[in-house]
Formats: sequence, C-alpha cells, structure tokens
Amino acid sequence: MFQILEKNDLAAKVFRYVISAPDVARKAKAGQFVILRLYDEGERIPITLADWDSDAGTIILYVQAIGKTTIMMSLLKAGDSLADVVGPLGIPSHVEKGKTLVALGGGFGIAAIHPIVRAHKQAGNRTISIIGARTKELMLMEAEMRAISDEVRIATDDGSYGAKGFVTTVLKKMIEQKEPMDVILAIGPVIMMKAVADLTRPYGVQTLVSLNPIMMDGTGMCGACRVVVNNKMQFACVDGPEFDAHLVDFELLVARQKMYSPQEKISLDIFEKICQSQEQRETAAW
Amino acid sequence: MSNEVNVATQRKLTNKERMKIPRHPMPEQDPLERAKNFLEVPIGYTPEMAMEEAERCLQCKNAKCVEGCPVNVKIPEFIYHTAMGNFELAAQKLKETNALPAVCGRVCPQEDQCEAVCTIGARVEPVAIGRLERFVADWERASGKINLPDIPTPSGKKIAVIGAGPAGLTVAGDLAKLGHSVTIFEALHKPGGVLVYGIPEFRLPKKIVEAEVTYLERLGVRIKCDFVVGMTQTIDELMTEGGFDAVFIGTGAGLPYFLGVPGENLNGVYSANEFLTRVNLMKGYDFPNKADTPIPMAKHVAVIGGGNTAMDAARTARRLPWTEKVYIVYRRSNVEMPARKEEIHHGEQEGVEFLLLTNPTRFLGNNGWLVGMECQRMELGEPDASGRRKPIPIAGSEFTLNVESAIVATGNGSNPLINKTTPGLQSNKHGNIIADDEGKTSREGVWAGGDIVIGAATVIKAMGAGKKAAKSIHQYVMSKAV
Repeated sequence: MFQILEKNDLAAKVFRYVISAPDVARKAKAGQFVILRLYDEGERIPITLADWDSDAGTIILYVQAIGKTTIMMSLLKAGDSLADVVGPLGIPSHVEKGKTLVALGGGFGIAAIHPIVRAHKQAGNRTISIIGARTKELMLMEAEMRAISDEVRIATDDGSYGAKGFVTTVLKKMIEQKEPMDVILAIGPVIMMKAVADLTRPYGVQTLVSLNPIMMDGTGMCGACRVVVNNKMQFACVDGPEFDAHLVDFELLVARQKMYSPQEKISLDIFEKICQSQEQRETAAW
Repeated sequence: MSNEVNVATQRKLTNKERMKIPRHPMPEQDPLERAKNFLEVPIGYTPEMAMEEAERCLQCKNAKCVEGCPVNVKIPEFIYHTAMGNFELAAQKLKETNALPAVCGRVCPQEDQCEAVCTIGARVEPVAIGRLERFVADWERASGKINLPDIPTPSGKKIAVIGAGPAGLTVAGDLAKLGHSVTIFEALHKPGGVLVYGIPEFRLPKKIVEAEVTYLERLGVRIKCDFVVGMTQTIDELMTEGGFDAVFIGTGAGLPYFLGVPGENLNGVYSANEFLTRVNLMKGYDFPNKADTPIPMAKHVAVIGGGNTAMDAARTARRLPWTEKVYIVYRRSNVEMPARKEEIHHGEQEGVEFLLLTNPTRFLGNNGWLVGMECQRMELGEPDASGRRKPIPIAGSEFTLNVESAIVATGNGSNPLINKTTPGLQSNKHGNIIADDEGKTSREGVWAGGDIVIGAATVIKAMGAGKKAAKSIHQYVMSKAV
C-alpha cells in the first residue's frame, strides 16, 4: 500500500499529493511517470512525476479530477492509501549541457515540465519557463517554477496575469524577436503541444513533447499507448513518453485518446448518480 | 465435492480389462449457456469418475508418460493413489515435481505430451492424465488438506526471480523447498503472469492461480508486485545493493506484434494482450458496475490468428453480452492451426465463426474508428521454413468484413526492458535471452527460462525450463564460498 502523506486542493480541480513510494523515489528521473491504481477493481492510470524526495521515499503527483478514477482520488485524504504505485516508467528526459531551454507548461502540464526544467538548471543550462492558465487564480506552481528558472513568463487566457493569450502567444513573440533558444519543451493538452510543434517547425528549433496516450501496463506489453512518430509505430510507455514534436502524428493521438470516451462517460455517470443519491441520503438524515 | 470416498484396495484387473474401460468424457457446461458466462467450461470429474478413469492406467514400469512431461510428474504413482481413492497421497505425489498442478491440469497440451505417449494410446484412447491431474489438485484445494513439504534449514542464500508467471513461480517453489530465501519481483499488481492477464477465467479461474500462489507464499516465497526490474531496479542493483546471490529472468513474451498493414492504429484495433488484459486482469467484463477498466463494446469482432491466444480472445469476445458475431481470421487452413484442438472445438461449439485461408490486408476506418477489414482469400503452396504449407494470396479475391473491433493475436516478441538495462546479457536477433540447457545466461549468477528464452510457447514448457534452472541455481549458490 502506498500512503498519501499530504494532499492539497489547488485550483481548477487539481490536487497535489505527496505519496510514500520509496522504490519509485529512489530511482526517479526527470520526465518519468508512474502508473497507479486506487483499489482492487480500479483502473491503472499513468501520471507524470512532478517531484520526488529519494531520502524521504516520497513522490509528488498533480492530478486533475476529470474522470471517475481521478474524482475518486480527489476524495481521498492524507492518511489514506493507494493500492498500487509502480515506476518510475518511461525513458528519462535527455538533458544536454550548454543549452538554453524554453519550457512551456499549460494548466497542470506545469507539473510535468517542473522536474525537466530543474534537471536542465542543475546541468547549468539557461532555463526559461512559460506557464499558463485560464486566469490568475488558477495558475499552478509559480513559486516552484521561479525557483528553478532563470526567467518565468506568464500567460493567462483572460489577461488577468502576465500576457493575454496562450503560452504559445508568448513563445511566438520570443521567436519573432529572435531570442536565443536551443531546445523547446512543451507539455500540456494535445492541442497545445501540436500548436507549439506547428509554431516552431518553420524555424527548425528542436522541440520536445511528452505524450499522454491511454496506457494500461506501462511496460510495453499491451500496445494501447501506441503513437506514430516519424511514420513509425512507437509505444509511448517504453519508447517515450518524450518525442520530437515535429515528427509526432498528433491527429492520431487525439483520435486514440477518445478510444474509450463512451465507456468513460458511462462510468462517470453511474458514479455521479451514486454520489448524488448518497448526498441526498445524507441530507435526508440531517 | 465429497471427501468421503471409500478407500478401497485396487481392484485386480487384467490389462485387457483395464483397456476395456472407456475413457471418461469431461463433463462440461452447455455451449449455449456458457457462451453467456465467464464460468469455467469443464466441470471436472467426480471422485467416482476419477477412480474409474485411473483404473485404465496399466502402471507401466517404463512409464513413457513421465518422460513426455516437461516437469516429469510421477504420473503412474499419482494415478495409482487416485485409483485407490487416496487423493491426499495423489496430490502429494503430483506436487513433488509440479508446483502448479491445478493450472497444468487445465492448460497443458496433454495430447502432445504425456497422453501422446501413453502405452494404451496405441490401442484405445490414452488415459485422461490431464483430467486426473486437475481432479486431484482441485480435490486437495477443496479439502483444505494442503500438506507442506519439510523445508530444510535456511541456506542463507538469496535468490531474485523476475516475473511471477509459470517459469518464475516454478523456480521460486523449487528453490524455496531447498531452503533458499526467494523473492519474486512482478511488474503488474497481481502475481501469475500470463495465467492472470492472458488465459481467461473460463479456462483457468483466477482463484485457482491465487491458491497456487498462496501455496508458494506458505513455502516462504516473498512476492513483490508493482516492481519493474529494469526500471524500479536493475539486475545489477539487485545483485549488489539487494544482496541477491542469483537471479532468474522469467519475463515471458510480452511485446505484441502488429501486422504492419494500413489502418492498424484505428480505434477498435487492439493487440490480444490489451484485450485479454483488460478483460482478465482488470476484470473488464464487470465494467462498469464492479470494475473501472473499460473494454471495447463492439457488435462484430474479428480475431486475427490461429493460436491459443486467438482462441482465448475469440471465446472471450463471444461472451461479452453486446457481441453478435465473432470471427477467427486465419491465413492458413485448420490443419496448420497452432491452437489446441480442444480450444478450436470449444470455440466452434460456442458459435465462433472460422474464416480460414483468409488474410487481412487493410483496416478500414471512419472518423478514426474501425468499420471494416479488407481481407484476401489464400491458397496453400509449398511448405515454408516452419514446415507448414505457405499461404499464397488469390488474386482478385478481396472482400470486406464488417467489424468494429479487430484483435491482433499473431504472436508476441520479447520485452526489451531487461536486455537494455543489463550489460553483458546476450540475446539473439529476436531479443530472446540466450541461455543453455540449464538456463544459464552469459552473465554469471543470472539464469533465464520460459518464453523470454524460447519465444512464445506453453505454460508447461516455461515450467520445465524453470525446474532445470532451479536445479542449476541451487548447485551454483551452494558451491559459492560463504
């Protein structure tokens, strides 16, 4: 069992968990992920490692409560345990010295760029982080990102904080103004990663994305997470999750992410009905 | 199951009389009924049936059946005790060489092994050794009279076993019985390997695998799930930091092959591994009520391939309540089909349709979703490298099969995680680890066996390799200076 030691309710249904997982914490590297399961009969879901402490034997995960499993997870409290946490999985991010990194994180994708930006910083690289949210109150991990970035640039959809627009708006301006950059890293919704790939392709700047297809075992056994990169089938769990953004077939990724949408909706509807009737019962009891 | 069977002395029968007893058929669930449920298909012998079947055994001095068995089960002895109604002793005999008899009694291809060489088989049908093995193992489990062998004083040697599948469980059991401290590292959240993620509930109930695993734990074997060797720790780390004296790799054949034809990444095309794991390990057949893992909900399903995995996938799909039609699409004829005859027969009985001499050439999609499969008829030519007649496409024979789900069951390669993270470990061009007859690899202190060495094969072959490796590991750790 893997105990939740701390849980914080952040903005926009995003929760931060500190979880005891000594085996994972001991070996974790930037860019890797874990697969977790809440209970028996639960599903296996992949979550990128946002941070870890190998001495304390803990890992930090940011999870957005949008489906049945993630909503169930949002109901857990510090002291509760997860049935399974396995990892670290995936190939760690490749960090080359003497580079300037521009990292874009949209929404809770910021959690995923965090360890990679830190690895670059520790390697002596110049790090510029562009972090975005819909509005100021929903901005995640700003302090953590400032601590490991030479520069942090902010974008909000409504312009309530930093530049008005998306993280790509900020990147576009930087490219137009010919700011020096060697590597671009973008993690977030597929639509955002695709936008970054399209933006940087004409300039030929190395651009990396971390893909998040549906996964089950996470060890290369099932092929659910197959993606097409450079016209070749790859398994994101063992060949990735990081790939050259300019070679990724994003349309296929978008389509494959919808593989179980009808079933996920059924599952969530049933779950919400149960929650509602429970609430009604509790209200009635009062 | 009744435990109160009279222990009688064996009837004095002549060999002629024994051979006159007809081979007892296996009672089974009705095909139409079972096509709607996930309960086990064979119901099992009663004690009376088992005792009668056991009397058919001639108790040959030169028992060819024992040599026909990859783990050399003492077949005449366990059958003798069965005929006498002494099932407890029969179970002990079985377990002397086989740690997983309830599993083997169900999934071994006995018709190619012990029963193929049974002496009476030359004249009449061979003794139903597999069914008897199953009966005895089930009787023992139901009776609760599970005897533990005497375990010698701890040797102080630590052995790591990678993968809790048939090979790993066998190695672990044999080494624990010799007094070694054994830890199994399993990547998934449940031990059993292919026995829990691959083979369906109706062919091997999961509670049976759990019982066999519990038995190993009672022997002192530790099982650490959620541990991916190669990622969570490497083999070198296990040997240095973990203090393990020897390592056995039994990671199986778990890398699905796809066909390489257009449209393969459409939604609705799955590897058999994904489909079976969702249904078996993740209990997807209970979605959405009890289990959270979704499974495909297609009315028309094509399973591509002709092996046991293809049969498992087709028969599993058949049982899902929303499925109307299930096809097996196989490019050769039924003669070349690698699946067990019994599995093919069960599939036919349950209403699986067989499209033989048929090969998919393209998956057809609409908006990213599979809507059909373009196929081509084939004819058989001269034998190829595998010795089977080579299928050749018939020009102009293309047709479309309307399916919303296609399950690719054309084989598995070896998972490269261990090879990539273990310097000096030699493998062949297919990624199979190179090991000698005893399972010794190119790395000192490291053994390997089962599918990771020989490529996708059977449960019992993996167990046979495990037995040999366990013997070799025992000799190695005992000869090492303290």
